[in-house]
Amino acid sequence: MTNTFKITSNIKNFFIEIGELSYFAGHFFKEAFSRPFEFKELLRQCYKMGNRSLLLVGVTGFILGLVFTLQSRPTLADLGVESWIPSMVSISIVREIGPVIIALICAGRISSGIGAELGSMRVTEQIDAMEVSGTNPFKYLVVTRIMATTLMVPLLIIFGDTIALFGSALVEYLKSDVSFLLYFNKVFNALKFTDIIPATIKTFFFGFAIGLVGSYKGYNCKKGTVGVGEASNTAVVYTSMLIFIIDFIAVFVFDIFFEI
Amino acid sequence: MKVDHNIEPILKIKDLKKSFGENHVLNSYNMELFDGENLVVMGKSGSGKSVMIKCIVGLIQPDSGSIEIMGKDIMKLDHSELDFLRTEIGFLFQGSALYDSMTVRENLEFPLRIHNDSPEKKEELVLDALESVGLRHTLDLMPSELSGGMKRRIALARAIILQPKVIIYDEPTTGLDPITAKEIIELMREIQLKQGSSSLIITHDVDCARVISNRMILLIDGINYAEGTFKELSSLKDKKIQAFFK
Repeated sequence: MTNTFKITSNIKNFFIEIGELSYFAGHFFKEAFSRPFEFKELLRQCYKMGNRSLLLVGVTGFILGLVFTLQSRPTLADLGVESWIPSMVSISIVREIGPVIIALICAGRISSGIGAELGSMRVTEQIDAMEVSGTNPFKYLVVTRIMATTLMVPLLIIFGDTIALFGSALVEYLKSDVSFLLYFNKVFNALKFTDIIPATIKTFFFGFAIGLVGSYKGYNCKKGTVGVGEASNTAVVYTSMLIFIIDFIAVFVFDIFFEI
Repeated sequence: MKVDHNIEPILKIKDLKKSFGENHVLNSYNMELFDGENLVVMGKSGSGKSVMIKCIVGLIQPDSGSIEIMGKDIMKLDHSELDFLRTEIGFLFQGSALYDSMTVRENLEFPLRIHNDSPEKKEELVLDALESVGLRHTLDLMPSELSGGMKRRIALARAIILQPKVIIYDEPTTGLDPITAKEIIELMREIQLKQGSSSLIITHDVDCARVISNRMILLIDGINYAEGTFKELSSLKDKKIQAFFK
């Protein structure tokens, strides 16, 4: 009986949370398109998120390309199709692995950061102080952060994908003496717009999810300092889950429009 | 400053009710604050003091009742009207609530965003406010580089930068050492004399109440249990009242 009650209660809480998150997203769209616009803060957030994640994304992308090429090389060599490595690696990275892995990295780096920052602002009454001074804290703190992640995560993913291809090209250069020029020539021959456009479109949704969940968790943080840790932690968990769900939906939708 | 109780109060709370579930925090609460007055509200933790002041600035929506500030019922104002009215109210938070990611200058400039003042005018207002709390040299420091007392002073400078007509202090001396607390009390007095603003002070600090109050209210169980000057209240024999002055 107790277990049944717990399960029912958890399911109910899950749907309440979905409802509140949807309302929060609705509030974002309402505030995002009404004056005054906080351009200065938006630029500051874009710089902060982009600049501070650049190294992490670059290193991750480089290792991703390097390891992926090293791991797939022996199998393709056994089949005698090593020349397929540039096209196989580039299509895999650009379409799927790059966006998802880098979005997950951004979820850990950016979403948890937003959750912790807004959470601590909430518990130390900084958000209340903003409201009392006649500023709309939702517009100033939340709208700017969600917009910044929606704009910056796609750029970070493009950057990460590019670095990953360089990592892969380096392995090919060291292992089979394929020049960078030849490698990238093969990459560009293999990649089509139907690979790049759907993959780029979904990264905007990843960015939106990263900003939305981080802001939602932080802005509604309760229970003092414990709540800040909780907000940061759950922001990463929820965002990661949402990234996979968005990816799953995107593959289905793009399959209809682009026949990928 | 002489307080005229015959004129219309600058802040008037009538029949204010607020409950959180079964917990009735404010029960038909009434209060008036007059122009130039320093009103101290004392009460035990959980007696509804903070809820009351958060209702005044619209951070908490009351269940019923009315709050009039300078003749305007805040419950009937739309968001932009309320934001504008908030510029007439200074609020000093208990934990200072300085914006961690901003310098002292940016913290003080923040309330000025609502006005389209020139950068020179903003700079002048920021420096004046810092001068009045004696911390002009902290202009480009971050809040993390300041002591607790300095943070409280900067928060006070931020609260008064728009020269509000009403200043609300939420436990201004809590968490400070006795010397710094005295400095803050003195500063509050100086600001009140300089600006002629009205102050609503929520405190547990008897010294603060004694020094600064024109009038005091003891809030018990969500109602005004006793009201009068510090001298009048401290001489009453009621045990509940005496507990505050021990």
